[in-house]
Amino acid sequence: MTEIWSYLAQQPLLWLSATLAAYLIGLAVFRALGQRPWANPSLVAMLLLAALLALTDTPFATYFEGAQFVHFLLGPATVCLALPLYDNLPRVRQAALPLLVALAVGSVTGILSVLALGQAFGLGPALMASLAPKSATAAVAIGVSEQLGGSPTLTAMMVMMTGLTGAIAATPLLNALRIRDWRARGFAVGVAAHGFGTARAFQVNPTAGAFAGLGMGLNALLTAILAPLLLGLF
Amino acid sequence: MIPAFLLILACQLTGEVTTRMAGLPVPGPVLGMALMLAGLRLSPRMRDTVRPVADGILRNLLLLFVPAGVGAAGHLTTMGANTLPIIAAVVLSTLLAITAGALAFKAAARLAGTQDSPAP
Repeated sequence: MTEIWSYLAQQPLLWLSATLAAYLIGLAVFRALGQRPWANPSLVAMLLLAALLALTDTPFATYFEGAQFVHFLLGPATVCLALPLYDNLPRVRQAALPLLVALAVGSVTGILSVLALGQAFGLGPALMASLAPKSATAAVAIGVSEQLGGSPTLTAMMVMMTGLTGAIAATPLLNALRIRDWRARGFAVGVAAHGFGTARAFQVNPTAGAFAGLGMGLNALLTAILAPLLLGLF
Repeated sequence: MIPAFLLILACQLTGEVTTRMAGLPVPGPVLGMALMLAGLRLSPRMRDTVRPVADGILRNLLLLFVPAGVGAAGHLTTMGANTLPIIAAVVLSTLLAITAGALAFKAAARLAGTQDSPAP
């Protein structure tokens, strides 16, 4: 038994399988609970795996040797967002003005509000720099945070927290605001909560997904420009 | 399937190399998405090749965030005294950004008179 365990612990096979299995369990839980937004399949899988790693005393680096194959696909998946965007190009062109307005308002609100709240809570400059780009996709957020003197690890965590918040809260929040336009719903979530919010948008509606992917891409660019400027105000 | 994967990876690779060499403030895959969009507009054949693979990946987008989420969960206990204010700031700010973005879209769409057309 120890021998088998030490073999498996050296191989990516075990934790890659565990990641896929945990996700399938997450999907089953999501469906069993009536597809409630808070029962996000990704969140269920993360919690299961984090518990499993803690129980088996497995370091994250060992886990990631297996999970990296899944993680790697984030890049290709971003490229694939071009397809729903292509399918919706006439609608994107038609909505050019609302898209630009929502991009500017959503991006500025995401950065300014986290900085204002951070200041109100008495967070120091390094923490403020780590939080400022939290709505952007991880690659941009981490780059901006480093450039501003923040902590890449904390930023990576808070990008994940942002995505999770968007994925869980978007549906009830937008319902409460009585926003029924799938373009507005998807785009706002993509701008505020990057790829994770986009993944949730695809779960709900293809139009929302396409516009969320566009919002994620555009806010990656805008956050890289705005976060350093707006941090200067605090 | 292999040609589709190669096309997708080639867009990402070109995006990564270009953003690095030109020092652009966007991630390589986002530029890769723009390149892919240009390719899809130019070539019906490319659309047919890429579609099944892209659909498959996009249907399972949520899976791809699991490894990074496991990493984040593992670090949660190492954040120290500021954990609660940081999380509160991030959660509230995200809710505000979604609200502001969606309301701004709705208001601008009404002003511009661009109601949504039915899904394709």
